Amino acid sequence: MKVLVAVKRVVDYNVKVRPKADGTGVETANVKMSMNPFDEIAVEEAVRLQEAGKASEVVVVSLGVSACQDTLRTALAMGADRAILVETDAELQPLAVAKLLKAVVDKEQPGLVILGKQAIDDDCNQTGQMLAALLGCGQGTFASKVEPGDGLVTVTREVDGGAETVELKLPAVITSDLRLNEPRYVKLPNIMKAKKKPLEVLKPEAFGVDVTPRLKTLKVAEPPKRAGGVKVASVAELVDKLKNVAQVL
Amino acid sequence: MSSYTAPVRDMRFVIGELVDLDAIAALPGCEDVGPDLVEAVLEEAGKLAGNVLDPLNQQADRNGARWTEAGVVAAPGFAEAYQQFIEGGWNGLACPTEYDGQGLPELLGTATHEMWNAANMAFALCPMLTLGAIEAIQHYATDELKAAYLANMVAGTWTGTMNLTEPQAGSDLAAVRSKAVPEGDHYRISGQKIFITWGDHDMTDNVVHLVLARLPDAPAGVRGISLFLVPKFLLNADGTPGERNTVQCVSIEHKLGIHGSPTCVLAFEEAIGYLVGTANKGLAHMFTMMNEARLKVGLQGLAQADRAYQQARWYANDRIQGRTVVDQGDARSPIINHPDVRRMLMTMRAQAEAMRAVAYTTAAQVDIARRHPDEAVRKAAQARVDLMIPIVKGWSTETGQDVTSIGIQVHGGMGYVEETGAAQYFRDARITTIYEGTTAIQANDFVGRKLALDRGAAMQALLADMRATLAGLDAADGEDLAVIRTRLAPAVDALEEAADWVVANYEACQADVLGAAFNLLMMAGCVCGGWQMARAALAASAQLAAGGDPKFYGAKLVTARFYAEQLLPRAGALLTVAKAGAASMMALDPEQF
Repeated sequence: MKVLVAVKRVVDYNVKVRPKADGTGVETANVKMSMNPFDEIAVEEAVRLQEAGKASEVVVVSLGVSACQDTLRTALAMGADRAILVETDAELQPLAVAKLLKAVVDKEQPGLVILGKQAIDDDCNQTGQMLAALLGCGQGTFASKVEPGDGLVTVTREVDGGAETVELKLPAVITSDLRLNEPRYVKLPNIMKAKKKPLEVLKPEAFGVDVTPRLKTLKVAEPPKRAGGVKVASVAELVDKLKNVAQVL
Repeated sequence: MSSYTAPVRDMRFVIGELVDLDAIAALPGCEDVGPDLVEAVLEEAGKLAGNVLDPLNQQADRNGARWTEAGVVAAPGFAEAYQQFIEGGWNGLACPTEYDGQGLPELLGTATHEMWNAANMAFALCPMLTLGAIEAIQHYATDELKAAYLANMVAGTWTGTMNLTEPQAGSDLAAVRSKAVPEGDHYRISGQKIFITWGDHDMTDNVVHLVLARLPDAPAGVRGISLFLVPKFLLNADGTPGERNTVQCVSIEHKLGIHGSPTCVLAFEEAIGYLVGTANKGLAHMFTMMNEARLKVGLQGLAQADRAYQQARWYANDRIQGRTVVDQGDARSPIINHPDVRRMLMTMRAQAEAMRAVAYTTAAQVDIARRHPDEAVRKAAQARVDLMIPIVKGWSTETGQDVTSIGIQVHGGMGYVEETGAAQYFRDARITTIYEGTTAIQANDFVGRKLALDRGAAMQALLADMRATLAGLDAADGEDLAVIRTRLAPAVDALEEAADWVVANYEACQADVLGAAFNLLMMAGCVCGGWQMARAALAASAQLAAGGDPKFYGAKLVTARFYAEQLLPRAGALLTVAKAGAASMMALDPEQF
């Protein structure tokens, strides 16, 4: 079974994100970029499936600027076999990403597609679900356990108040949650080997997919600074303020 | 308390801008070394250093290595971390591919060693000593010994040690008394060695000691010392560790710092050993290992300085105390806004950046000296490396004392309390000016073998490079660069004057030169640092002109200017001090002390 993993290049989780001065988006110039942490978990899961003999090949795919090749090399160093970059400078929204991924899935015919449940830059949490709908296949989102069987996969999902176990027919789409696994430390010899693994660069036009954004960003701004609090002398005064000043009671 | 973040961007700046990375990539065997590989290696090494080694540092300080009847037990967590370290292939990063190393340049090895040593110096000593032992075996041992030991040492599944010191033979190795008696195809080694770093532990299933000892007919003094390989476990016919050899760790030292690193007293009782290299040439062979190790100890000075800086920077942003002169409002301020705290932080930062630039550019010369196809280029690079070794070792470790001490000062009273971690960096760094040759040994090496012996030739080549940078500053615009130039020019002149003074006086006035050697060494380091900071300023200014990151490169420029204004002028004073001679040092009779 071939496993396809989608990875996104995002602002590193250690960086304090700042809006651009003109309010058109988040500042990414001169900012450290890394693989989306949920995608790292997705890659780790695919590599573990391969190590356990349950996957035959792990292919990683990323969509975006040329620098996404670095992110793909990291995935290759973690153990993926080959990589595909669909290279574009255009802004890609979840629906466009899902459409492009569907085109890649049609080409590659994987048994399983694993994505991070969301990207830490826009926190959309949409791509996996949209991709499953476009493919017309089952989806196991927020996975904390993945067990492939014969022609199907059992996925334990993190849901409000507990865990839910679902069984999906293959091919299927899975999105990884935090507790699915703990990604490995990359080994030095594998960094060297990753340089020599195949990395194919394609253009969105080759798939005939329209990636025009459907949503318009009006403004990106920092949350307002919290104003200082006041001390109250008694419970009565507190209740009064909650009623009349904060107007929450 | 802060956690360690490998300064990957600063490291990439030095590797990309101050070292000629293309020249390194052009060396045989370095074809894969490009900016993307450098970044990938540094990022992944940084994760291991920050997430695995750093969290063990403070606990190993409190609960260090333990001696038991059965052998030394490593500090809690070390064995697991070591396993992770060697499984990651990090031990053999710069080792030859024929022994399953990765064959990467020493330049990258140096950057990763800075990380290991900044995150956990006690831990990092173990692989550091192994690398020194690999070096000596690779150069001098028989093919049989290489085949039997090297692959496991490169992988890190066996570790190595250096056994030089005996109670009566410290800096003066002529006094070594351990004996080696021939017996068939091997020797029987007897004697006691002290201060053996990682001399015994339970992290691997063998430890390979390299031991200095005397043959029965050996001449007295340093020309009668031979080098032997003595394994903790003798090897079976299939190459696996078998029978226990008669070398025991009889105790470990209770020390000021590096509590996670067991400092062993080893007793050899007719232990089986094998000659490495030529009989009676052991000290020369051992110096192969020592040179390698001296550069890496210099790196420890830098590493602890940077770790102390990271901690101080964190504390200065966190600690609220007083109002600032900058903002006259009523709000109390983080102490980073006080000018004297800034002076301390900028000093720490500038010294760390200067040490890093000096160490990495020297490592690049090591690569050229080892791998360049042209013998003349190799020789010139080796001459530079030989000149720089005492500077990197002596100056960086002494500067490490200053910087880790300032790190405590930034914390005020809390720096003197162990909880913040600032005190540990100071205590751990304290050994670095002592082992692998004290600062005095480095200073004597510098003025004697490195300046007087070649009549200042290697120093003249270095001064010519510095003058080329001054010419570059002449041609550049901008106030920062102009200020840097006015400070660097007299410092380079002073270094030249110092070198000439040493060459002229070494034979006739040896007491004066040796009395001045320490200050001359510190001066050479100070000027080399100023030179590299000026190169950094030129590179940063070019990047800024080309639209590079204004915050990052702007900070490089400002830090270089700070070094030029606040630290580099010390060079002139050090020259004055040195040339004052030794009369007042030597005037009193010993009984007057």
